[in-house]
Amino acid sequence: MSELHDHPHEHPHEHPHPTLPDHQEHLSYWQAMEVAVRELLIEKGIVTADEVRRQVEDMDGRNAGMGAKMVARAWLDPAYKQRMFDDGNAAAEEVGLDHGAYKLVVVENTPSVHNVIVCTLCSCYPRWLLGLPPDWYKSRNYRSRVVREPRAVLREFGLDLPDSVTVRVHDSTADMRYLVLPLRPAGTEGWSEAQLAALATRDSMIGVAVADSPQG
Amino acid sequence: MSLPAVPARFKTGDRVQVRRAFPPGHVRTPWYIRGLAGTIQRLCGTYPNPEELAYARSGAPAQPLYRVRFLQREVWPDYSGSPLDTVDIEIYQHWLDPAQEADHERAA
Amino acid sequence: MSDPEHPRSHHDMGGQPAGPVQPTEHAYVLWEKRVDALMVLLSRKDRRLLTVDELRKNIEGLGPEAYDKMTYYERWIHSISQTLIQRGVITIDELGRKIADVEQRHDRGEL
Repeated sequence: MSELHDHPHEHPHEHPHPTLPDHQEHLSYWQAMEVAVRELLIEKGIVTADEVRRQVEDMDGRNAGMGAKMVARAWLDPAYKQRMFDDGNAAAEEVGLDHGAYKLVVVENTPSVHNVIVCTLCSCYPRWLLGLPPDWYKSRNYRSRVVREPRAVLREFGLDLPDSVTVRVHDSTADMRYLVLPLRPAGTEGWSEAQLAALATRDSMIGVAVADSPQG
Repeated sequence: MSLPAVPARFKTGDRVQVRRAFPPGHVRTPWYIRGLAGTIQRLCGTYPNPEELAYARSGAPAQPLYRVRFLQREVWPDYSGSPLDTVDIEIYQHWLDPAQEADHERAA
Repeated sequence: MSDPEHPRSHHDMGGQPAGPVQPTEHAYVLWEKRVDALMVLLSRKDRRLLTVDELRKNIEGLGPEAYDKMTYYERWIHSISQTLIQRGVITIDELGRKIADVEQRHDRGEL
């Protein structure tokens, strides 16, 4: 049965997920609604089954490695970094990425400033560059608390920042989508772009972590 | 963009105050920031009004959209991080008044 | 902090008390990805049969209990349906009939 199932695929740096509920033989009301809406739209000639399949595949192909490519390029090339701040969409295109309809804003972590992204009103996220957001980013607890007590939330993620580092929260309420440019880890002198990209994790580009260090 | 647009009235560095209003409906100005003062970081562009788009209307007139920066210690009474910590929010122009005028009204 | 006596919509939760962030994630399953795909396809410039603003508005209209109990993509498919009904793309009648048809086909093992 292909309607309901999929083969979960692993992303790098992803936490192992809990066992999925056993709903293989049960069709929930909402799952039935999805099938119904899709079939009606196909019958009306508004979308085709092929388009739906291709869009699913397109989104499947997006993951944090895309954003990491921009981060690694910025770490190596100060001029590219500046272009990323001036026009995030153009900078994404420059490395062969499709940024989607929204305007990408890149915010830079420095030794004295740490940025973290949230959408308190819903779950806006730079999906075109990072893939679909993790559940926790969309959760009540994250959306409620990271804007009010960011340092406590970051500590829950294992990131304890001293007061000498200013924390900036960005609430994506409108048409911008944010990407954090994490600090380049120490001990990476002479590294290639591909090697550096492997250190730029999804969580560091959301701002709940720093980039991985060379030791892993 | 062909949509009629409101001209931008604020620039980077201006002090602004978020209007203290609580309409029902689809509003993209978070409740936690209503009535508070911040500083314009930049003009992001001019966009159709989401409050109107939410009802399948055109979104006219398009509103200038700003990144506005607030000091966390001024937003949350119990904020316990660095006094320099900030929250940046995108706010549409029709939700913003110049802070000077609001200060003046309070003093009057 | 703004005036606590004025009504706050349930979805507008920035600053509200809440528990620890559980760093859970799940691999999206096919039906969820299809919901996402429908939103992308319907909102594209060549169709404009739905805007993300209508999607959000209809999710926000769910009410606190439904908002909290439904999963992310359950809220989305509810909202996509509502938007398409509001826009006159589908009718309530044909959606109801089609959902029943889907359920019956599933019961017969035909889905």
